[in-house]
Amino acid sequence: MARAVTTQRKALNTAIAWAIGLLIFFPILWTILTSFKTEAQAIADPPVFLFFDWTLENYAVVQERSNYMRFLWNSVFIAGGSTILGIIIAVPAAWSMAFVPSKRTKDILLWMLSTKMLPAVGVLYPIYLIFIKLGILDSRLGLTVVLMLINLPIIVWMLYTYFKEIPGEILEAARMDGASLRNEILYVLTPMAIPGIASTLLLNFILAWNEAFWTLNLTAAQAAPLTAFIASYSSPEGLFFAKLSAASTMAIAPILILGWFSQKQLVRGLTFGAVK
Amino acid sequence: MKLRNALFAASALVSVTATAALADGHATTLTIATVNNGDMIRMQGLTDDFTEKTGHTVEWVTLEENVLRQRVTTDITTNGGAFDIMTIGMYETPIWGANDWLVPLDDLSDDYNVDDILPAMRAGLSHEGTLYAAPFYGESSMIMYRTDLMEAAGMEMPDAPTWQFIREAAAAMTDRDNEINGICLRGKAGWGEGGAFITVTANSFGARWFDEDWNAQFDQPQWAEALNFYVGMMEESGPPGYATNGFNENLSLFQQGKCGMWIDATVAASFVTNPDESTVADSVGFALAPNSEGIEKKSNWLWAWALAIPAGTQKADAAKEFIEWATSTGYIELVAENEGWANVPPGARISLYENANYKDIPFAQKTLDSILAADPTDPTVDPVPYVGIQFVAIPEFAGIATEVSQEFSAAYAGQQTVEEALEKAQAITNEAMEAAGYR
Repeated sequence: MARAVTTQRKALNTAIAWAIGLLIFFPILWTILTSFKTEAQAIADPPVFLFFDWTLENYAVVQERSNYMRFLWNSVFIAGGSTILGIIIAVPAAWSMAFVPSKRTKDILLWMLSTKMLPAVGVLYPIYLIFIKLGILDSRLGLTVVLMLINLPIIVWMLYTYFKEIPGEILEAARMDGASLRNEILYVLTPMAIPGIASTLLLNFILAWNEAFWTLNLTAAQAAPLTAFIASYSSPEGLFFAKLSAASTMAIAPILILGWFSQKQLVRGLTFGAVK
Repeated sequence: MKLRNALFAASALVSVTATAALADGHATTLTIATVNNGDMIRMQGLTDDFTEKTGHTVEWVTLEENVLRQRVTTDITTNGGAFDIMTIGMYETPIWGANDWLVPLDDLSDDYNVDDILPAMRAGLSHEGTLYAAPFYGESSMIMYRTDLMEAAGMEMPDAPTWQFIREAAAAMTDRDNEINGICLRGKAGWGEGGAFITVTANSFGARWFDEDWNAQFDQPQWAEALNFYVGMMEESGPPGYATNGFNENLSLFQQGKCGMWIDATVAASFVTNPDESTVADSVGFALAPNSEGIEKKSNWLWAWALAIPAGTQKADAAKEFIEWATSTGYIELVAENEGWANVPPGARISLYENANYKDIPFAQKTLDSILAADPTDPTVDPVPYVGIQFVAIPEFAGIATEVSQEFSAAYAGQQTVEEALEKAQAITNEAMEAAGYR
């Protein structure tokens, strides 16, 4: 009897989980479906779901109008570069906060996080002026640094909570065996924190990929990533929903595929470490 | 002899290299920020013609209108130089021109024929008589209506109807059972969306934003009359949820046959008459935007998307060449040749409306009449200290009007009364104007 109840509950939980999952995924599914419709079908009322004449015309138009590969490469460079750079800076920072804390460590952590609460537009002009002075406006390098700085508090926080899970005695033992600080971090700490580092990498790559304020405001023609690619198909005067959907699908496809293949790693990292 | 030959060959090589370098030095790449609309996209497809003629290449940065506005404003106020040409509107041009942020376009070539630009457009894109942006296309607003529904209602649309006629016709065309709304109008918050529409509507009821001393005028009876009329008509004959409808939402409703009338930008005429997009393409008529009985001012606006050169660019000469190419009569002919006369950028040049080929386009004459009926230097019944019809050409306006339009939208949605919305609008505007030092 108990078993039957458990099975029923399991089935119910599964059904609820699927329903929530579908609800969350539905806007993405709708975008993908709309990308295969004509503009007239895209705004049809009542809306058409699956039974329409599927067309690749929107993709052809988007390919013809935009240099998709350049936007994609910029996204990969900026999201990848800022994440790796962030990890390189955050690992030693998180190490010191986790294993050699001072009286002010908690305050510093909170202060770092508080910078995320500042509206980005509040510092747009100072950063824009710095970019002009340094000659890095519309450059991948400049944007990589900015996105790294923006995501750095989250990276440090995540790594800090993962590192806190690792017993300090192990590192102490390594030190007693003569390991230098560099070797201690590289060969002892990092391998033990790999799931946490991997999930931090993935999460921050996704955050940087989707970042739209700085990527739109600090780029023009050369360094614009996929967020600018999508923005170029949005129009307040004219219904181009099907083309906008095609552009959006092309922009989210790489990150969707990456997320799909790395979901186990991501979930494992998140549930084992930081966000318990 | 050998030495002489070698010297000759070397000097020839040097001169060829130098000539090539000089030629390369003239050719440059221009970065142009623009909006995503049909005319601008068409221009991007025809840029090869410009490159062939001048050797210059073009990099496009296409953005959504509001994003573009924020992006180019940041760049021009910091003298960033990220763009060589910017697509801006009638609101920004005189303000930026007055601040010397734009390169004056006062030395365009004779071939360009600057006198061919429609006077209203030229005036709206100038500051103290100097042109700062060249209009790529211009628009006003007008009535688009379903001729079949109007006929079924037993009414006939005059060329220049009044609001009172429009309300009556809207009620007669409304068929709630078949989801047909007599009239679809903007109600969405935002100075360029519902804010623009209600401002021109108020103009046609004798209202104005400010008196000559920059005092807000929302406490005057004309505003109450205009707003109550709008809300009353929309409740009788408008679509459900009209408080959140903007251009695109109404376009979608009209194209699906769910609106009897729609008053909006003249550029919409090409969308609603396009059989590939519109289910009612063959039964659309046009009329001038309405005015209230006894008031001469009509409720039509004036807008232009224009090309301007930011003062921070290092490529002003090449940028001028591009602007001359893109806003010339030659470009209009190029579009007509490639895409047909219905797709040429309208509303910028007088000669277009004298062209026999263009006169056949069903909405051409009404577009021109609407543009000619709009005067940004004399937008209201009573005198005002500002220029602009659907906006007030001061830097503070965008922020104030966005807040005011949010209050109006809340009234449309039934979250507050019209009187409450007007009271708040009065307070918001006066407070902001005082803070900005106008009062």
